[in-house]
Amino acid sequence: MGKTANTSVRDLLFGDLWDYAPAPESRDHLTIHERYGHFIDGKFVEGEDHFPSINPATEEQLFEVASADEATVDLAVKAARKAYDKVWGKMPGSERAKYLYRIARMIQEKARALAVAESLDGGKPIKESRDVDIPLAAAHFFYYAGWADKLEYALPGASPSPIGVAGQIIPWNFPLLMAAWKIAPALAAGNTIVIKPAETTPLTAMMLAEIIQEADLPPGVVNIVNGAGQTGAAIVNHPDIDKIAFTGSTDVGKIIQRALAGSRKKLTLELGGKGANIIFDDASLDQAVEGIINGIFFNQGHVCCAGSRLLVQENIADELMHKLRHRVSTLIVGDPLDKNTDVGAINSREQLLRIQELVAAGKDEGAQIFQPSSPLPEKGFFFKPTVFTEVTPSHRIAREEIFGPVLSVLTFRTPEEAIEKANNTPYGLACGVWTDKGSRLFRVANALKCGIVWGNTYNRFDPTSPFGGYKESGFGREGGLHGLLPYLEVR
Amino acid sequence: MTHAFVVPRVPSVDAVAVEERAAKFRTRSIKKDAKIKGLKLVASMIDLTTLEGMDTPGKVQMLCQKAISPGSGCPQVAAICVYPTLVPVAKAALKGTSIKVASVATYFPSGQASLKERTDEVRRAVEAGADEIDMVISRGDFLAGHYAKIDEEIRATREACGPAHLKVILETGELQTYDNVRLASQIAIDAGAHFIKTSTGKVSPGATMPVTLVMLEAIRDHFINTGKMVGMKPAGGIRDSKLAMHYLAMVKETLGDAWLSPDWFRFGASSLLNDVLMQLEKQSTGRYHSDRYLSLS
Repeated sequence: MGKTANTSVRDLLFGDLWDYAPAPESRDHLTIHERYGHFIDGKFVEGEDHFPSINPATEEQLFEVASADEATVDLAVKAARKAYDKVWGKMPGSERAKYLYRIARMIQEKARALAVAESLDGGKPIKESRDVDIPLAAAHFFYYAGWADKLEYALPGASPSPIGVAGQIIPWNFPLLMAAWKIAPALAAGNTIVIKPAETTPLTAMMLAEIIQEADLPPGVVNIVNGAGQTGAAIVNHPDIDKIAFTGSTDVGKIIQRALAGSRKKLTLELGGKGANIIFDDASLDQAVEGIINGIFFNQGHVCCAGSRLLVQENIADELMHKLRHRVSTLIVGDPLDKNTDVGAINSREQLLRIQELVAAGKDEGAQIFQPSSPLPEKGFFFKPTVFTEVTPSHRIAREEIFGPVLSVLTFRTPEEAIEKANNTPYGLACGVWTDKGSRLFRVANALKCGIVWGNTYNRFDPTSPFGGYKESGFGREGGLHGLLPYLEVR
Repeated sequence: MTHAFVVPRVPSVDAVAVEERAAKFRTRSIKKDAKIKGLKLVASMIDLTTLEGMDTPGKVQMLCQKAISPGSGCPQVAAICVYPTLVPVAKAALKGTSIKVASVATYFPSGQASLKERTDEVRRAVEAGADEIDMVISRGDFLAGHYAKIDEEIRATREACGPAHLKVILETGELQTYDNVRLASQIAIDAGAHFIKTSTGKVSPGATMPVTLVMLEAIRDHFINTGKMVGMKPAGGIRDSKLAMHYLAMVKETLGDAWLSPDWFRFGASSLLNDVLMQLEKQSTGRYHSDRYLSLS
């Protein structure tokens, strides 16, 4: 005791004195088939035009999955229409609720296998799929099960009724959770479904199909078709679909909106974002650092509401960046199935290339890059947690959605400047505000043009809370009472 | 020595977020080699403690023998922690070993005595051979806002310690808020504490992970600002080695490798050592044995 460290060295050493040994989650309780087709009218069908699904952490093929053409999508829509007309649309809400509760409970029962599948197929760390994705997916079914027989009370005097057949297209970042966000409210409201999982992450959707079959949901109520963009287009353009719900990129969202113009189809879009995480000088700094980490490195930054722009009050910027660099240095990047992994694999090679391209642009434009020194796994799609400082609002990395573990740090001097910079984006999905001062929190939150504002926290999700965007982040809300509206006609 | 005391500026602490962060360390999975190394590290950081009204020389000698030869390939603990009257007994029993003798002083656990009485007790403990002194701060003065008195009593105690090292017990269970813990940590560090320590073990709750995290963050910021290292000692309620290793994970990921040493991190505990021994035995044989194979301590 009593030794003092060399005063010229003020950096902490996060070394290997006591490393955690590998602690991989077992794959034993998960059975993956060699090939997956589609789930139509309560039955698994073989499908055609199979393509490989890759484990992004190893680049090895996990299975093959079919690609649905227009005829296959048509079969699914016909099954959904029949189920809507004959069974589901007429069923009392209290009966629909029983199925939703049953699905929710079965997701909980199979949580471990679902979590492992999600991490294998998508690359996210097992602790996130285990502690966030799967429990929240079950929670959404539980929550909307509760609404199924209370729709009259949800919208007093509005005589709500279902819309009909919903076509749903979901992304690869939260495969099962996004399926739950789409399926649960639609079924609670009395609609039937044709849903397409993302082409890189169909595994948990096909496991959900097994759950749906085992839960004895009437055939045709939920139909799952696999495939890429062409399959999605077949759903969007099918004449007998009444409503389209899409979560994905703003570019594709615009294509869908154009395609639907002049049609009778209803549309909700949940698109990209460039969320601002605003740190005022009176914030609880160590906890704000955790919020910054969770805001941008959660799910490798593959989060539409990610806090990808950090706005720091200039008078605390140096102190906060020092803390942030230390914290980033402690992140464990690697095998998604290891229980200690904090940051897993990038979902696909295509996405990795996009991240690399934008990071190169950030360097070229003069921003300062920080990455921890620890090496990445040799195989697989990995990218180091990255923090760019000295970013200005005109840099591409401050404007474009990177959808990866890359944070762009900007500074501000006054609350007005913070609001102005936060709103200076075509997107408007989510923001975070960190301050110890309640009055400032409410004032700034009300001035931000985005659908979600977190106060002294970030990336916190709950089925009771509506989620959705302003501007080019889309329209319509998912979650909460608001999440029922896109699936109901009112009169 | 005149010294103008200014209440230090410390960052506020968000209670919800700090508890969430602390809980994440409990999900760290520590297996195989990391577990064996961690268990041994935990053992080497223990201040093996007995602080009871019924303590006798016999009890202290028993504890010292356990500290010297714990068995199961387990390293010796860092120190034995006793009341001042029993310091000579511990000192004699530990003669020739590198195990330190720590003594609680300053009218532990309440601290309700005049400053002179408290510092006199510290001097007596050091004269009797204590290598380390665990003092308590006056929580009443702290909660009344008399921060200068806290600063004064710690400085006076540090002076009374002479060559002995000073651990300052904040009794966080009585300070209650994280903001109080953070401020008290900074005052203690500025006043010359070698270690800051959570609890006496006589108040519930004792050490918790979020409270310890707030104190580790104070230590970290002080190091970054001044280059000076301060040690940390959670005490009270850490009974099983799994929890202790999650504390170590928190130290590793908050302060880094330099603090993963008994020089800079201690556990104040009485029953933790036997759980470590039980786990070490299990790591080598693959089975848990009955606790009747463990000697009392």
